[in-house]
Amino acid sequence: MDDLHQLTIGQAHQLLKEREVSSVELAKASLSHLAKVEDKVRACVTISEDTALEQAEEADRAISGGKINPLTGIPALIKDNMCTEGIKTTCSSRILETFVPPYDATVVGKLKAHKAVILGKTNMDEFAMGSSTEHSAFFPTRNPWGLDCVPGGSSGGSAVAVATDEAIYALGSDTGGSIRQPAGFCSVVGLKPTYGRVSRFGLVAFASSLDQIGPITETVVDSALVMNVIAGHDPRDSTSVPHPVPDYTKALIPDLKNMRIGIPQEYFVEGMQGEVRISVQAAIKKLEELGADIDWEASLPHTKYALAAYYIVAPSEASANLARYDGVKYGFSYQDTSNMWEAMEKTKQYGFGDEVKRRIMLGTYALSAGYYDAYYLKAQKVRTLIKWEFDQAFEKYDALVTPTSPTLPFKIGEKVDDPMQMYLSDVCTLPINIAGVPAISVPAGFADGLPIGLQIIGKPFDEETVLHVAFAYEQATDWHNRKPPV
Amino acid sequence: MKLSREEVQHIGLLARLGLSDAETERFKVQLSDILENFEILKEVDTSNLSPTAQSIALQNVLRPDEAQASYPARDVLANAPQQDDNYFKIRAVLE
Repeated sequence: MDDLHQLTIGQAHQLLKEREVSSVELAKASLSHLAKVEDKVRACVTISEDTALEQAEEADRAISGGKINPLTGIPALIKDNMCTEGIKTTCSSRILETFVPPYDATVVGKLKAHKAVILGKTNMDEFAMGSSTEHSAFFPTRNPWGLDCVPGGSSGGSAVAVATDEAIYALGSDTGGSIRQPAGFCSVVGLKPTYGRVSRFGLVAFASSLDQIGPITETVVDSALVMNVIAGHDPRDSTSVPHPVPDYTKALIPDLKNMRIGIPQEYFVEGMQGEVRISVQAAIKKLEELGADIDWEASLPHTKYALAAYYIVAPSEASANLARYDGVKYGFSYQDTSNMWEAMEKTKQYGFGDEVKRRIMLGTYALSAGYYDAYYLKAQKVRTLIKWEFDQAFEKYDALVTPTSPTLPFKIGEKVDDPMQMYLSDVCTLPINIAGVPAISVPAGFADGLPIGLQIIGKPFDEETVLHVAFAYEQATDWHNRKPPV
Repeated sequence: MKLSREEVQHIGLLARLGLSDAETERFKVQLSDILENFEILKEVDTSNLSPTAQSIALQNVLRPDEAQASYPARDVLANAPQQDDNYFKIRAVLE
């Protein structure tokens, strides 16, 4: 078998269980394929080949001992904002360029406990601030469906890695769309769980009330399999919720009988590309054919205020979280002075890129004396309204369906110097983080050879319905079977 | 909302970002443009609303106050730019 890197988690698990392949063979197949495509797409910041092969050997020993579960021995890549003990965790920032964490993030620890194989760390917008992965301090990642296009962001490296079969699955993080938007741009499956469903311990903090870790996979079944492992309460994250974790694969049913789905009109925004509208409408008709009861006239009237509220709340939290990078405990530190303030300023001046500085500035402004009520407090109150509207909608509907992004993947360089245009690319995804609800992006078509994503939104802690709708749609279409030309 | 150069410098100082003149000028234009887009929030009547800080119902999460093993000092200090014995070394705060 010379196409082991193309397997899904489900397929690879079957072969490992039947001893048709070993974990070492899987890891070597992924690593050698990765070496071939990486020059073109540049999805990875660190490749940890030696530890990956050790982990694969360990997985093979566990399997020989009869200990196997769906992630055992399967190669994965991790976004570089999740701490990996002994392996650099840079957040694609110069300020953390040499940082080697002394511990694992809880999600990484969970993967290791299941004897997963971690091939390395993926590129991202610096500190997860961005929608194109162009804000990486190291290099941009390219979209395998069009190498002059962005892969989305901030989890662009993870989405590209899965789209190009560099790894069988990847983890991303999502603060305003950073899993779903790149998943949509790269034609893979990306799930942002409910806030509190997956532990954030060891995830480098961006906006603590919005951040959530989730899987990026080739299929919906794989998304459920990863969720089965990473979801759950963690005493080290006091915002993780002690609800029991269901077997998410049990939710995967191929028809949508009695499913009430609302289509919020406000998500078909002005400036939306015609091709995206056409594909998303066709996808919704497909859901109808599968038995869903579609309400095309659903409405979340305050959606248009979400962008402003988000870009006040997220930078405010970021400005507080990133104050810790003072050059004392870890990370880049400007040394050529004896003056404390100068050292701190030079450390941040060199260590942070433009977008990170912009968000720190925005947040500092919104929280500063005289502006707190007008910006931060106002945004938090609008947040109340947006969340309430979702609660109301979910009295009537089991799920809401929207485009993942209003546009096709845009060109590298197109928006990087116009922050407001870049922010607008999150317009369909960020209201979901404000409300804290779960949502997934699944492949829903192509235009000009570039992917289009469908977003399915669910009630808090009802990832099962989100996965159910996504699975039914995936089974009835074959977008997910297409491979990028790279 | 148009920011002045002085306001941008003041925010930069609060955040200790050590902005260059070119950055100050660039951020003045970009942040003013972004703040302009935030004006839309004034349309929303929020007079009877309380603020939402986070989206889940958890409150006051407590744990027993029991001592647990911490990471070895050697591991924690491994990333320190400067250290002395078992401590982070910093510059003088008071001259």
